Amino acid sequence: MSTPAVKGNSSERSWPLWEVFVRGKRGLSHVHVGSLHAPDAEMALRNGRDVYTRRQEGVSLWVVRSMDITASSPDERDSFFDPAADKIYRHPTFYDIPEDVEYL
Amino acid sequence: MYGNDFIDPDEPLNAAEFGDVDDAVAAAATTAAQRAEGGSSFEALLAADQRIEPRDEMPEAYRKTLIRQIAQHAHSEIIGMQPEGNWISRAPSLRRKAILMAKVQDEAGHGLYLYAAAETLGVDRAELLDLLHSGKQKYSSIFNYPTLTWADNGAIGWLVDGAAIMNQVPLCRCSYGPYARAMIRVCKEESFHQRQGFEILWTLSRGTAAQKDMAQDAANRWWWPALMMFGPPDTGDAATTGGHTAQSMAWGIKRFSNDDLRQKFVDMTVPQAAKLGLTLPDPDLRFNEETGHWDFGAIDWSELWRVLKGDGACNAERIERRVGAHHEGAWVREAANAYAARHDLGQQQEYVA
Ligand SMILES: [Fe+2]
Ligand SMILES: [Fe+2]
Repeated sequence: MSTPAVKGNSSERSWPLWEVFVRGKRGLSHVHVGSLHAPDAEMALRNGRDVYTRRQEGVSLWVVRSMDITASSPDERDSFFDPAADKIYRHPTFYDIPEDVEYL
Repeated sequence: MYGNDFIDPDEPLNAAEFGDVDDAVAAAATTAAQRAEGGSSFEALLAADQRIEPRDEMPEAYRKTLIRQIAQHAHSEIIGMQPEGNWISRAPSLRRKAILMAKVQDEAGHGLYLYAAAETLGVDRAELLDLLHSGKQKYSSIFNYPTLTWADNGAIGWLVDGAAIMNQVPLCRCSYGPYARAMIRVCKEESFHQRQGFEILWTLSRGTAAQKDMAQDAANRWWWPALMMFGPPDTGDAATTGGHTAQSMAWGIKRFSNDDLRQKFVDMTVPQAAKLGLTLPDPDLRFNEETGHWDFGAIDWSELWRVLKGDGACNAERIERRVGAHHEGAWVREAANAYAARHDLGQQQEYVA
């Protein structure tokens, strides 16, 4: 989700990038669907509707400036996520249980 | 499963019975193994058929190839709005007009998905548009052919979008994540494009003699250019892509050769033409019992190179129209900027107050 450097002086180059999130239907979370350029949040919402929900793909839309997203770095992916790697006892299938016990 | 007040006796009763938990454990084990081998490198990810994401390390040549391919693809989507856009005001019914507008609008959306995917590689959409406008980057040469009659809109949907789908479906599994995701959205939307085109021809081919002739004439003119959309052959005298195709395949950008995709397209389309009662303009077209495929005649590759280099019927017109639209839209973009700036200023003053 890198924000490209703003270059040149055409009016379009200064439009910030927005990430678009759509709630597909009631009861589901908003999911990232893509990005677009827009001068402000209102236009980002309108463009997001036109670009990502032309076939009723959503009942709610979020737009977030890409610049405002803090992402974990791929370089430290290993050390960052490693604490979870050796704790497979957090998964239910880790446990030895007799096969004939039901509903467990 | 807190909060369930009803349990379906056929449903799994707890998380351990769902397959996805096992999948997650298996995936965790694989990633752990990969890490142990220091295996989240570009090559290891490719070997494991995993996706490369924007912030991953990647060879510069991979990045450049993707930018060029995605940009050219994006340019094709937005230039592709013109041949059919040309007919919106003359569509034969309100139904056809609404459909055509929806299709042309979809193509604009496809362009946007793809420019956004290219931008994740560190280029600016405005830069790419400059390259298109100055002729330094190309778009698919199919859009340099004119739409002479209403039936051309049918032939474009059926053959051109049909060939595009054949090219695009494998790209949904492309190694570069943002490109693959954009292609999934595009492919979902394309199938209506092809079907509405077939329907136009289906209607014409059952109409008056003049309407049927119009449908046949459109099929005659679009058939060979559609076959050229798959690009030059992979082998033989006209082959020019050898090294390029092999590299793209190794990188997981391309999944099938040009000739394989072209053959699949021919095999799919010949029975559809028969259903329409239309002939295809190739005297050498015949079913090969041995191979189980349709053999077809030699493609005139000099035509592709000629059109690609600028000598098609509409090259100049397409770019002129695109540049014109861009300039004519400048005041709208400026107005939006001015509005946004004033809005920002107003908000700042509120904070201060
Ligand atoms: Fe498209
Ligand atoms: Fe299309």
